[in-house]
Amino acid sequence: MNKQNLVVVGNGMVGHQFLQSLADSGQLDQFNVTVFCEEPRLAYDRVYLSSYFSGATAEDLAMGQIDVYQSWGLNVLIGEAVTSIDRDAQHVHTNKGTTLFYDKLVLATGSYPFVPPVPGHTREHCLVYRTIEDLEAIKASATGAKVGVVVGGGLLGLEAAKAIKDLGLETHVVEFAPRLMAVQLDEGGGNLLRKKIEDLGVKVHTGKNTQQIVDGKDAYHRMEFADGEVLETDLILFSAGIRPRDNLARDCGLEVGERGGIVVDNNCQTSDQKIYSIGECALWSGRIYGLVAPGYAMAKVVVEQLSGGDKQFLGADMSTKLKLMGIDVASIGDAHGHTKGALSYTYNDQVNQIYKKIVVSETGNELLGAILVGEANDYGTLLQYALNGIQLPKNPETLIVPNFGGDDAETGLGISALPDTAHICSCHDVTKGAIFCSIEAGAQTVCEVKAATKAASGCGGCNQLLTDLVNHELEQRGVTVSHDICEHFAFTREDLYNIIRIEEIKTFDGLLSKHGHGHGCEICKPLVGSLLASCWNEYILDKPHVGLQDTNDTFMANMQKDGTYSVVPRVPGGEITPDQLIAIGQVGKKYNLYTKVTGGQRIDLFGARLEELPEIWKELIDAGMETGHAYGKSLRTVKSCVGSTWCRYGVDDSTGLAIELENRYKGLRAPHKIKFGVSGCTRECAEAQSKDIGIIATEKGWNLYLCGNGGMKPRHADLFATDLDKDTLVKYIDRFLMFYIKTGKRLQRTSVWMENLEGGLEYLRKVVIDDHLGMNETLESQMDHVVATYECEWKRTIEDEDALKRFRTFVNSEKTDNNIVFIQERGQIRPATEEEKAVAEPIKMIM
Amino acid sequence: MTKQSEWLDLCSIGDLVENSGVCALLKEQQIALFYLPAEQKVYAVGQYDPFGNANVISRGIIGSKEGKLFVASPLYKQHFLLEDGCCLEDETVSLPVWKTQIINERVMIQTV
Repeated sequence: MNKQNLVVVGNGMVGHQFLQSLADSGQLDQFNVTVFCEEPRLAYDRVYLSSYFSGATAEDLAMGQIDVYQSWGLNVLIGEAVTSIDRDAQHVHTNKGTTLFYDKLVLATGSYPFVPPVPGHTREHCLVYRTIEDLEAIKASATGAKVGVVVGGGLLGLEAAKAIKDLGLETHVVEFAPRLMAVQLDEGGGNLLRKKIEDLGVKVHTGKNTQQIVDGKDAYHRMEFADGEVLETDLILFSAGIRPRDNLARDCGLEVGERGGIVVDNNCQTSDQKIYSIGECALWSGRIYGLVAPGYAMAKVVVEQLSGGDKQFLGADMSTKLKLMGIDVASIGDAHGHTKGALSYTYNDQVNQIYKKIVVSETGNELLGAILVGEANDYGTLLQYALNGIQLPKNPETLIVPNFGGDDAETGLGISALPDTAHICSCHDVTKGAIFCSIEAGAQTVCEVKAATKAASGCGGCNQLLTDLVNHELEQRGVTVSHDICEHFAFTREDLYNIIRIEEIKTFDGLLSKHGHGHGCEICKPLVGSLLASCWNEYILDKPHVGLQDTNDTFMANMQKDGTYSVVPRVPGGEITPDQLIAIGQVGKKYNLYTKVTGGQRIDLFGARLEELPEIWKELIDAGMETGHAYGKSLRTVKSCVGSTWCRYGVDDSTGLAIELENRYKGLRAPHKIKFGVSGCTRECAEAQSKDIGIIATEKGWNLYLCGNGGMKPRHADLFATDLDKDTLVKYIDRFLMFYIKTGKRLQRTSVWMENLEGGLEYLRKVVIDDHLGMNETLESQMDHVVATYECEWKRTIEDEDALKRFRTFVNSEKTDNNIVFIQERGQIRPATEEEKAVAEPIKMIM
Repeated sequence: MTKQSEWLDLCSIGDLVENSGVCALLKEQQIALFYLPAEQKVYAVGQYDPFGNANVISRGIIGSKEGKLFVASPLYKQHFLLEDGCCLEDETVSLPVWKTQIINERVMIQTV
C-alpha cells in the first residue's frame, strides 16, 4: 500500500498532541509525516510559560522531543515556515524553498497576541508574551528597568504580570474592562482577585483605555489614558487577547471567519476536505477556543478521521481552574448566569478572602456554572455536577458554605454518584471508568493511576478529585488508605507533635504507654526521637532516647555500605582556617581515612571504624571543631559565596550571614535534613535557590527564598519576601522552620511540604508574615529554646564514659571487625568488594 | 550421639544498652545482643547482615510487628525476628540465633 503524505503545519502544544495521538493510535506506518515547526524549538508548554522566570528552563517546558519524533519516523523541519498553499497542486511552499506534496494537510498554526493599535505601540520595550523568544526579549528589556506594565487583565495578562513580578519589576496591570478576568469572573470574584493581587504588590488599574504611548519623564514610556491619567513605565507587555493565525488559509481561499479563524466543521475539516485545522487557529461554530484542552480534543478528532473513524468535535467545556500568582481561581460553565431563569448562591468570606458562587437552573436541580476565588478545592466536585447534570442536593448552597460541623457527609458529592463516563481529567480525556480500569489492572496508589492513565498530568486541576476518587475506590476494595504513621501509633506526625507539645511528653515510653501500643518500630522510634529533639532538645544519647535513633544518630556518623562510618565536622558557611584544614588532614592521615569535599562546602572523612569515632572526634574537637550533624535529619550546611568582603560584585557579606545562621540553627532536628544557601548578589554563586532556605543580598537588604531542592526532584525556591533587614530575616526563618517542623510529614523535605501545603506560598506568607494563626510568638520562643540549649553532641559524648561504652565494636573483646577490608585506589582507601576480600592483602587489619 | 551444649559467660548486663543492641565476640563469631529490660530478656542473633554483607545488625532499631519483636537492619532495613532470626522480607534468609539467660548480672549464652 502506498503511504499517504501527511503534512502538519505548526508544532505548538496542539500540534504536538496531534502527533502524540497519531503515534498512540498506531497509524504512523500509514503516513509519511512531515512536520513544520516555525519556531527554533519544538513544542513546549505555554500554559506554564511564566515559570521560565521562576526557574524553569526551555528544557523543562519542552514537550516535543526530536529523538522521540525521529523514533516515530517523522520528518521534522525546525525553523522552517510554510509560506503558501497551492490547493490545486496539493503543494505547500516554505520560506526555505521547499515544495512538498500532501494528501492530507493539518493546519495547527495557533494564534498571535493581539496588540491594540494605540499610537506608540511599536516603540522599543513594547513587547508581547507568547513564545520563549518573547520571554527572552522581556528579560533583556527588563535589565535596568524598574517598572513594567501589562496591558490586559485576563488570564494570560495576569500570567504575564507574574513573569514581570518575578523579574523584580514594580508591576502594573492595565485593563480596559471594569474588572480582572471579565470573561471568567463576576464582580464579586473579580474584586476579590484584585484585592489579593494588590496585596502581592501588583498595582491594578481597571477601566483604563490607553490613548497613546509617548516618551516618559521618569521612565522610558508614558502611557496616557482616556480619563486623563498617566502611568510611567520602562516596559510594556501587551496581553490583550489572541487572534488566530489564519493567513495561510486566507491566502489560499479557504473559508475564514469574519473576525478571523479557519472555519472547520465537526470533523475539524476546513472548506477543503483535504485540509484540517485544529487548535487556536480553528473557528468552530463561530468560536475560537483559546484553551489547550479543546485543542487536544480537536487533535484527537482528526486522528480518528484520518483512520476513517467517525469521532466528531462537538464543542468543549471552557471551565478552568488555575493558580494566578499563587491565588486559586476557577470558573465553570455559565458563570455569569446567562441561562434563562438561572439563579445563584454567593458566599463571600472577607476575613479569609474566599469568594464562591454557584449558578443553578430555574428548578434548582442542576448546576449551570460556578466561580471560585481564593480557594478552589471544590472545583472538581462542582465541575462534575455541571458536566454530568447530576442532581443537586436539596440545599445547593451547602456545596459552597464551609462545613464546620464536620459530620455532614451529604454536602460533598458522593463520588459513587458519578457515572463511569464522567470526565475526571479533561486535558487527557480520562473518564472515571478508565481510572477504575487502571485500578482493576493493578494500580494501587494515586501515583500509579496517574502513570497508567495520564490523568491529572495536564493542568493538574483534577488532582484533588482524582485523589479522592482513587482513595475511595481503593477503600471500597478493602485496600486500607491509612494516614497513621505505623501500627504502633494511630496518628499522623503532626498529631504526635501536638500531643508531645501539649502534654509535655519527654520520652518515647511515655508517649507509647499513653497513646500507642506494641514496642514501636524503625518508623515511629526515629520519628518520635526527632520530635522530642525538636521540642525539648535533650541529648540524643540520653538513656530514654538512645534506642530511638537510627544508627547514624546513635553513633553520630554516617554508616557506609561496609559498616564503617564517615565523619563530617561543621564548617560554618564553608569558611575554614588553614589550621583547621591541617587538623582535618592530620586526622585523615592518622586514621587512614578517605577524604572527599562535599557539595555543602565541608570535608567528609570515610572509613572510620566504630571504635575509632571517639578518638577521631577528640582530636577534631581539640582543634576547635564541632559536629556537623551530617548524620541527622537536621540542619546540614549553610552554603555561601565569598560575598562583598572579597568579591568585586558582592553586595553584602554573605559569608558572615551564613556563619551566623549556621550557628543559630545547628542541631535543630526537623522532619528531614535542611540546607541553606546565602549569596552575596544576584549572580547566585551559592545556589541559594536550590536550598530549603535561600537568601540573596540586594541593595536594600536580603531576599528570602523558601522550599527549594536540588536533589532527587529539583525545585526552585519560591521568593517569599524581599529586602529584609537581618532581624526580620531571622524572625521569618525562625517561624518558618518551626512551622515546618510542626506540620511536616515524616521525611518530607520543605519542597514537597510546600507542594502539598494548602494555600501554598500565599498561605505561608499569611502565617509567617501576617501571623494568621496567631502563633508566631510561640514559634519564636520554641526556636529560642532550641538555640539556647544547643550543645555539640560529640563534645558531650567524649566526656561521657557511659556513652563511650557504646562505641566498642565488641563489648567483650579488643579485637576489631575482620570483615572490614580496604583497597588502595587513587592514593586513598576504598571498601574492598566481596571478590577482593577473598584474595586481597588487607591493608588496615589490626588484630 | 548428640553434642553436649554448654552455657558460656559472654559479658555483663552493664555492657548492654537498654532497648538497643551491642555486639559481642564468641570465639570468631560476632553476636548481636539486644536487651529488653521490661522482659528481663536478652536476645542473641548473628551480627552479619546477609543482604548488606557487613557486621552491623546490633546497630539496627528494635521494634515489633503484630506483637513479634524484630531488629531492622541499619543498612537496607530488612526485618529479622529476634526469636528465630527469620527475615520478614525473604523467607529463605535467616540469622543464626542463640539462647541466652541472665544469671547474677551476667549474660550467659548457649553454644551447641
